[in-house]
Amino acid sequence: MDLGETAVKARAFSYFRAATIDHALDAHARAGDDARFIAGGQSLVPALSLRLQAPRLMIDITHIDELRGVRREGGHLRIGALTRHCEMLSEPLIAEFAPLLHAAAPFVAHPAIRNRGTFGGSVALADPASEFPAMTLALDAEIEIAGPSGRRRVRADDFFIDLFETALQPGELITAIYVPLFRADQRFAFDELARRRGDYALVGCGILATFAGERIHDIRISYLSVGNTPTRVRGAEATLVGSRLDAVRIAAAQAALEGDLAPPESDEVPPAMRLHLARVLLGRLLGRLGEAA
Amino acid sequence: MTAPLTSLDRPNSYIGRSVPRPNAKRLLAGRGRYVSDLRLPRMLYAAFLRSPHAHAKIVSISTEQARAVEGVHLVATGVDLAKICTPWTGTLDHFKGMTSAPQWPLPVDRVVWAGQAVVAVVAESRAIAEDALELIEVDYEDLPVVVDIDSAREAGGALINPGSVNNTCFRSQLDNGTVDDAFAHAAHVVEEEFTFGRHTAVTLEPRAIVADYDPADGALTVHHGTQTPYQFQDLYSRHYNIPEARVRVIATDIGGSFGMKLHVYHEDMAVVGLSILLGRPVKYVADRMESFVSDIHARDHRVRARMALDAEGEILAMEVEDLTAIGAFSTYPRTSVVEGNQVIRLMGAPYRFKNYRATLEVIFQNKVQTSQYRAVGHPIACAVTERLVDMAAAKLRLDPFAIRAQNVIPDDAYPQTSPTGYRFEALSHQACLTRLHEMMDYDGLRAKQADLRKRGIYRGIGIATFVEITNPSPAFYGVGGARISSQDGAILNLTPSGEVRCLISVTEQGQGTEAIISQIVADQLGLAQDHVKVITGDTEVTPHGGATWACRGAGIGGETALQATRALKRNILEIAALILQEQPSALDIVDGQVVDTATRNQRIPISEIARIAYFRSDTLPPGTQAQLTVSHHFAPQGYPFAFTNGIQGCLLEVDVETGLIRLLKHFIVEDCGRVINPMLVDEQLRGGIVQGLGAALFEECRYSDTGQLVNGSLADYLVPMPMEMPDIVIGHVETPTADTELGAKGVGEAGTAAASACVLNAVNDALAPFGATINSIPITPMKVLTALKRF
Repeated sequence: MDLGETAVKARAFSYFRAATIDHALDAHARAGDDARFIAGGQSLVPALSLRLQAPRLMIDITHIDELRGVRREGGHLRIGALTRHCEMLSEPLIAEFAPLLHAAAPFVAHPAIRNRGTFGGSVALADPASEFPAMTLALDAEIEIAGPSGRRRVRADDFFIDLFETALQPGELITAIYVPLFRADQRFAFDELARRRGDYALVGCGILATFAGERIHDIRISYLSVGNTPTRVRGAEATLVGSRLDAVRIAAAQAALEGDLAPPESDEVPPAMRLHLARVLLGRLLGRLGEAA
Repeated sequence: MTAPLTSLDRPNSYIGRSVPRPNAKRLLAGRGRYVSDLRLPRMLYAAFLRSPHAHAKIVSISTEQARAVEGVHLVATGVDLAKICTPWTGTLDHFKGMTSAPQWPLPVDRVVWAGQAVVAVVAESRAIAEDALELIEVDYEDLPVVVDIDSAREAGGALINPGSVNNTCFRSQLDNGTVDDAFAHAAHVVEEEFTFGRHTAVTLEPRAIVADYDPADGALTVHHGTQTPYQFQDLYSRHYNIPEARVRVIATDIGGSFGMKLHVYHEDMAVVGLSILLGRPVKYVADRMESFVSDIHARDHRVRARMALDAEGEILAMEVEDLTAIGAFSTYPRTSVVEGNQVIRLMGAPYRFKNYRATLEVIFQNKVQTSQYRAVGHPIACAVTERLVDMAAAKLRLDPFAIRAQNVIPDDAYPQTSPTGYRFEALSHQACLTRLHEMMDYDGLRAKQADLRKRGIYRGIGIATFVEITNPSPAFYGVGGARISSQDGAILNLTPSGEVRCLISVTEQGQGTEAIISQIVADQLGLAQDHVKVITGDTEVTPHGGATWACRGAGIGGETALQATRALKRNILEIAALILQEQPSALDIVDGQVVDTATRNQRIPISEIARIAYFRSDTLPPGTQAQLTVSHHFAPQGYPFAFTNGIQGCLLEVDVETGLIRLLKHFIVEDCGRVINPMLVDEQLRGGIVQGLGAALFEECRYSDTGQLVNGSLADYLVPMPMEMPDIVIGHVETPTADTELGAKGVGEAGTAAASACVLNAVNDALAPFGATINSIPITPMKVLTALKRF
């Protein structure tokens, strides 16, 4: 198709390709914050084309080396913000040290989107229906942010504030996500319920559990597609800590979800149905965790 | 030992053979000529400002700022275009009492659905046009919005068309036999209310048009992604008052249509007017969001139906009430009531009973128009009938195959008339039922189902018989006053090198029309297929005809090609006979060579006949005028429609905790008469089934209570995707029509006709152990979980 002249078009904007983080931050400030950072563009470009967003300046951060790469740093895996979704599937360090991300990656949209979309971009957008933001919660990850006032690290638990609203301030960008290294006493599980493979899930869930023998020492359960933000279910987690994964405990955790979740109204998935699906999914995932011993 | 020789073993026997489509390679190589790709010198681009309201009065439109944008050439409103374009009304005379309001390219005083185009901007690029759209201010005054069937029918409720007495577009009734008596004396009655959501075509290439008016010549050329160039030639000529011979519509490659692109769209008519106003080519390609709010939608029915049976399971009668909501207008020129009309006429079509009563009520509402889309009316009639048959079978403790075998019209009982008045020449329900039963390994599936149920796995098996309308005669549109042809024309000529060019009025939408026409021509003339070139879709070049829709391309277009080829062959052999001093009847053509009919000995290549006729006519006997170009038209006669039939089967698994449904396998046995290209027929069936499965489980245009389409993007509107589609197993029964030499009937809609019915029956079969039922399409997880009372 003759995209140049007939497709839906974004409003005109200026383009700047940043070579370093400082360049990018500086350009943003100079544009009076009427600017957007762009990396994979898998959410931003459609929003521009639909004219839902029309910034004066687009700052391309895809050539900033510092935002790339996956490596061990002490007890963490440092995943550069530009790491593409497809690399979550192909990068051996992720499979070994952040297997929950590896398990969630095939559920992220379709190959064409995974080839361009970035981990940092997904976390920055904080779409409550996206897999990776929710998994940063389950992993107890830390998000490294660069901004005009310097660098800081924010725990995932403190990062997601409301619908598409995060701890990121205007002019800040995510540089990397730090994930604690997966250990031998841990187990994980991920799954989601969707009408079609690759769709936004009706509900999705990832779990990272630390075991002391057969008992759960610590567990983090995080949902996607259940509310305005990625959502940890602390009530359900609490019912499981210190226990074995038996049918009674699993049922108690499922019951606790009612206090953890308040799904929004929706014509296709009413709140009660979404809560029901969240329970079903939790039952299945905890069952799998139990079998994984 | 070798297999016995068949007719397919003789040279040039292409009818019945799976040969590749000659145009497939070109399309795969990216060499398609789509209107979306077209760029003409001095071409401008149109974009449309759309109504955010489902129903509102247009108080004022302010366009000054938009006009001032650099690169903008024209800003036009409904009033501007109404000065040069006459309005149209989507009614047909044979739908007695039907009403619909007049329509203009853009509305002059009122908007009637959210997304309706209101103002057009033409600029040097689409981006500039969209920039200018943002500067247009329209002052609207809200009017009451009518979005659901019940509020549309409320006495004293809001009216969509001022001056009308109610929101009814059309009513119709059928009453045959003694329905009341049959129900009064029935041993069993099953009854249900069914709902069918709206869905839409979602073609790969959206609607696309380039209108090019040349004021010096007074001529209009329209490059139009449509199935029906002749229909649009007529409409552009008459509504813009340009002589027909000066209107040319070119419809080359098209990225899917499925019926969606044969209707008049307001934007398309506007683009023609914009080109006339500017004297320059103007292009418009709908984007995906625009497609969702402006392409026709389909279905949207609520059907209450009941079926009476005797104690042995013999169907005695059906009574049906169909309410369907079509949008604010009836579509032009084919109307929006054909679907409802076919719904009430196709009910019960496979079965023997004679007592039938139906009412149809077609209602306006503030949504985009519905109209003909693949398998018009069939999926509704099929789902209602087949679900009732299954409900009856359950009540009588009969197997779904057994009750159908007991009630279908026997294969040896034709001709027959359906309880709704359709005349059937010859159908093959019994043969199809038997074949499907074997093909599915039905007994094996049932045993496995029972076994899995013990382990908490709920599989469902569903079957659905169907009848499909194909090869329509003038009874379809012509009698209603529509200038839509049911005949086709072909011009065939032998080139000086002995090849054949065939210009034919049927069109190619990707289904392989050009392939089967070249097969028929090559087969009938006695020539290699690659020596036949087929040209379609240009009103300046190809003869006037109906084009390709309603499954008429193979049956009517194919017969046109067959008869035209036989005429050309006669003319070639006449010249050959003169040259060879033989009787024409003693000669035949095989592989491009004139041969002795009796001995098959080669006498002279047809290229030599062409050479002599074109370049050395002096060597032919005096008075000889070789006619190596023939034109021929064929209009269907005999039965008003060539009905086809078949049966589908579905195996699926319902996750009773999540409501998600996994399609495991799908089956179809289909009878489309003579099969010209088995590979293309199978792929038509598969594509049609996939569209039907989309309707069954995924596709629905959902509206808010203010009339806003809430899922108008491909992220939210779910089309069927490969991961969710099952393998499809295909079988054939061939009952050729005797109305034509070719014997072909249509096949393009058979898959869609029964796929959703089949899934509906299979889901209900899976849910049977829970006493839960579903009678609504699409079958969403919410409907399943609600039926199972899981939340």
